[in-house]
Amino acid sequence: MSYSNLKRVDLIFDQDYNPKEIIKNAWAKTNDQVINELLESGLKGRGGAGFPTALKWKYTAEQPEPDKYIICNADEGEPGTFKDREILFKVPQKVFGGMTVGAKVIGAKEGYLYLRGEYRFLLPELEKQLDIFHTILKELKIDFNIKIIMGSGAYICGEESALFESMEGHRGEPRNKPPYPTVSGFRKKPTVINNVETLVYAFMICKHGARKFKDLGTADSRGSKVFSISGDTPKSGIYELELGMTVEQFVEEFGDGDTKAVQVGGASGFCVPRKKFKDTIIGFEGVPTGGSMMLFNSSRSMYNVLHNYLEFFEEESCGQCTPCRVGCQQLIRGIEAVKKGQRHANYLEHLQKLAQTMKITAKCGLGQSVANSFFSIVENFKEEMIY
Amino acid sequence: MPEIKELVKNLAQKHGKTRESLIPILQGVIQAERYISDEAMTEIARELDMSAAQVYGTATFYSFLDTQPRGKYVIRVCRTISCAMKGKNLINQEIEDLLKIKVGETTPNKKFSFLETNCLGWCHKGPAMLVNDEAYTDLTPEKVREIINQYMKK
Repeated sequence: MSYSNLKRVDLIFDQDYNPKEIIKNAWAKTNDQVINELLESGLKGRGGAGFPTALKWKYTAEQPEPDKYIICNADEGEPGTFKDREILFKVPQKVFGGMTVGAKVIGAKEGYLYLRGEYRFLLPELEKQLDIFHTILKELKIDFNIKIIMGSGAYICGEESALFESMEGHRGEPRNKPPYPTVSGFRKKPTVINNVETLVYAFMICKHGARKFKDLGTADSRGSKVFSISGDTPKSGIYELELGMTVEQFVEEFGDGDTKAVQVGGASGFCVPRKKFKDTIIGFEGVPTGGSMMLFNSSRSMYNVLHNYLEFFEEESCGQCTPCRVGCQQLIRGIEAVKKGQRHANYLEHLQKLAQTMKITAKCGLGQSVANSFFSIVENFKEEMIY
Repeated sequence: MPEIKELVKNLAQKHGKTRESLIPILQGVIQAERYISDEAMTEIARELDMSAAQVYGTATFYSFLDTQPRGKYVIRVCRTISCAMKGKNLINQEIEDLLKIKVGETTPNKKFSFLETNCLGWCHKGPAMLVNDEAYTDLTPEKVREIINQYMKK
């Protein structure tokens, strides 16, 4: 395989590591030293939102509350994302290790891994791995325990406050923010909640030091990232790549020669059309992604793509706030009416206003991000929406 | 329904009787029965000392906590875009032909339910489906026929 423009990295899946040694070394450091190392690395959350991991840990560590929690968000549900499944399958000890280092820094005695219901088949092996890990902690005399909590097929529970609600035994309806989890999270206690991949990077930064990570990527997007690649590509799968590439470089490597658009960041992400490939960077300075990269070639109808995304959102909306509950339904009806010629093409502008309203007024990231794919598909493929 | 009573009691013993145990208990009922009946919900409410409405409200939020009768094997075919592009409709057609039921229905012998679901996280190996907790990927109509035939024999 050629990676002419893209640099392959092997930090996440590298099997050459000793969890016990890494934890021991992290324990020999002060909490400030660990936080500074993470800060220096520039690691940002790998679930998509990109909040600096070091700050999340620092803010939670600063809370005076004695009970705190660290949670691994393994409710991977964004369409086109499947990297966390692979990470949990191949290097679960690294995930537990990252949680343990985080627990030390913030002062947590309990950690939870919230696994999406669709991945229940991973549970037996994960439990086995967790037993092995708990033995290591015992040997190191570390008072920290991890429990796996199962989800039950709700995309919205990947939203951190909805995830807490679900763990507390309620409907997975997001809470108002602030307060943020660093102040009031699981059981209303200060909580660090990180994506699976973020925890593994944090653990690997403990192993290799900040330098190795920081030397990769760009000023805004340090390090590497695990990408889940699907759609019209001869090389679908999971790849860890250095951040900072353009969509053009990405398509050169993974396209089928006829790529007309790439959806970066899943249904809640952005659609990049061919004419913008060259100037769009995949990362926090351009289009951010939790890892989902879906390629579409010229045989695909972007109307169908958008329709599929909207159906997804309509069903996964928790229904709690009106802009999202009603907005998703109306956007579907609206594009259907335009496509059938029951509405004039101008009606799309009306729908864009609705999407914009959702972006401003929806309570959580789900409702707010519907506008991302709506705008980027409708604006770039208007003719496909109408004819 | 003495069996349901017994099941709920055992689950409450295992997971505890707090609000936080509610979802693990509901999941336990699904693992055993594939759906949560009215009797099960009333029993859980009694066991956890909360209103049945709260149990119902929580269960119906989650797509995997079915409150309608389901078959012994619940088939969930992924309908999200990557699987749709890889020929999900052919898979659905094959299942409909084999089981003589449409999406959302259960066979009269209560052996199979056929549902669609959102992204299963197998986009690079689509089309994909779950049969209960088991994932099947890179599906073709032939492969689906083989898989379902095996479950028919069980």
